[in-house]
Amino acid sequence: MEVSAEAKRIMVVALGKLYSSRSQRGGLRLHRSLLLTLVMKSARDIYHEAQATAECVEPGCEQQHPEAAEGNTESSCGELRTLPLEEVVVSRKEDKENRCPSVTVPAQPSRKRRGKAAVEPDFLPCKKAKLEKASCPQQLLISPALMDYVNCSGLGAHPAPMPIHRAIAAC
Amino acid sequence: MGEDTESSKINHTFLRDYVTEADVISTVEFNQTGDLLATGDKGGRVVIFQRETESKGETEELGETGDSGEYNVYSTFQSHEPDFDYLKSLEIEEKINKIRWLPQQNAAHFLLSTNDKTIKLWKVSERDKRPEGYNLKDEEGRLKDISTITSLQVPVLKPTDLMVEVRPRRVFSNGHTYHVNSISVNSDGETYLSADDLRINMWHLGITDRSFSILHNNIVDIKPANMEDLTEVITSAEFHPHHCHLFVYSSSKGSLRLCDMRSSALCDKHTKQFEEPEDPGSRSFFSEIISSVSDVKFSHNGRYLLTRDYLTAKVWDLNMDKGPVETYQVHEYLRSKLCSLYENDCIFDKFECVWNSSDSVIMTGAYNSFFRMFDRETGRGVTLEAWRESSKPRAVLRTRRVYTGGKRRRGDVGVDSLDFTKKILHMAWHPSENIIAIAATNNLYIFQDRVNPETQ
Repeated sequence: MEVSAEAKRIMVVALGKLYSSRSQRGGLRLHRSLLLTLVMKSARDIYHEAQATAECVEPGCEQQHPEAAEGNTESSCGELRTLPLEEVVVSRKEDKENRCPSVTVPAQPSRKRRGKAAVEPDFLPCKKAKLEKASCPQQLLISPALMDYVNCSGLGAHPAPMPIHRAIAAC
Repeated sequence: MGEDTESSKINHTFLRDYVTEADVISTVEFNQTGDLLATGDKGGRVVIFQRETESKGETEELGETGDSGEYNVYSTFQSHEPDFDYLKSLEIEEKINKIRWLPQQNAAHFLLSTNDKTIKLWKVSERDKRPEGYNLKDEEGRLKDISTITSLQVPVLKPTDLMVEVRPRRVFSNGHTYHVNSISVNSDGETYLSADDLRINMWHLGITDRSFSILHNNIVDIKPANMEDLTEVITSAEFHPHHCHLFVYSSSKGSLRLCDMRSSALCDKHTKQFEEPEDPGSRSFFSEIISSVSDVKFSHNGRYLLTRDYLTAKVWDLNMDKGPVETYQVHEYLRSKLCSLYENDCIFDKFECVWNSSDSVIMTGAYNSFFRMFDRETGRGVTLEAWRESSKPRAVLRTRRVYTGGKRRRGDVGVDSLDFTKKILHMAWHPSENIIAIAATNNLYIFQDRVNPETQ
């Protein structure tokens, strides 16, 4: 899913920035670090939520999505929604009931609140052996993206407009 | 990057063709009369400009101080040097974050300048006379041979070339664990505040010769017991222009807190909190970043607050804490580009905002050397450019436009053509006239309104 990939990318960039800010002259900037952590949390929440809803691409499972989005005023797929935690849990439980056999549910991500000191990159490829079919292409894409953003701290100043913005940015 | 010899032909003392990191201007501030303009840069230097008045010393006609009104360099000094915190093994940048002038009390001028950790009080004084005719010393200061002295003379003061002396009078150090973002002089003229990410200190100026004592008091402390619980930081703070007991501080969450120092010694409980409820429909990955307030300024009449966040400038009424009374879109066309701006770090840029002297116009910076002015009465905004290729001295500034759709006019700039390295972050408005100072990287632009020089 586009939102999921975007969320991952944002998290990777945030990590890269947090890492490179350690060597920045003048020391760690608290304000900047805080904002980056908030963005990471936001992206992580959206990523997990997107993963949960992306588990079942089969028509039978899609019925769960509108139900989960019931409480929201806008439920179109193109819009970014930060679903309340309860609704995410609800959609997960319902997904388990109507699980599509061909798609494997990744390990339940930890809900533990992380401080700024310990950021768990739980979106990185899992080392456990897994039966991955539909989710495999997504996982493979992350490694090069991660390496790109972590290695290249000098991101160009020329911003390239991304089509994904229409999906995630505010209108 | 060598010096361009062409720059000597251009009749501007403040424009240079090469860009070194140290020359990037980081703060601009007029003094209370507007006769002096101070700039601080990343290299820790302060440059003070003085306004030239043609009728200086002559009878003033119609109360005007002279039409030339050009600002020329008055003094330059090194305010801060790079420093090192040995305990934390951290470099302390020499970049001047803020300069604030003290109200003038005698012939000398005083200003406060701060970097990330240390605030310094500087005395700027003129000397245009020097004593001559010492008995024991000759003109160069060398001791005379006593046998050559046959009579006594009284030294007399003789006029000499104007000399501007700048001396540090106080150094306020070790007051901040985090990075200082603001300083603000109180209307009482005796105290000032300094704010870092988590704390605000109040200091007493107590000008004493050669005294470098510290007397400070935490008046705000938002540091949580557990740093992992940190959710917001202080981004800017300012004293009320008239009420010496009131000050405001802005946060990274977009809220403003007005504090009354009469209520308690530690103003952890604010008197008033100004916050706009978040629009759930506009939520995005970057909502937190773009709602962080980068600057807050009281209006001159003390009734309003002006804030700047990434995409907007807002005017708040002190009597209305539910939300701003006016919102101005500075560059709404960037809302769809937030991801790119996040990647290239532009989303973290901190823009300043200023009021004109009558509080009828507000001004703030943008990208591509553009800055915006909004007329509060009409609600209309205008885009201007601080770029030497399009502004010759004494030329009229023409308005610019960013093309966002509809009919494209000649001269319009497309959003994708904007140069995000040319950012207008720092600016100042003359306290009583329509003169503005705009810092564009390493250049300082001073624009004057010739049509309406005096603010209505």
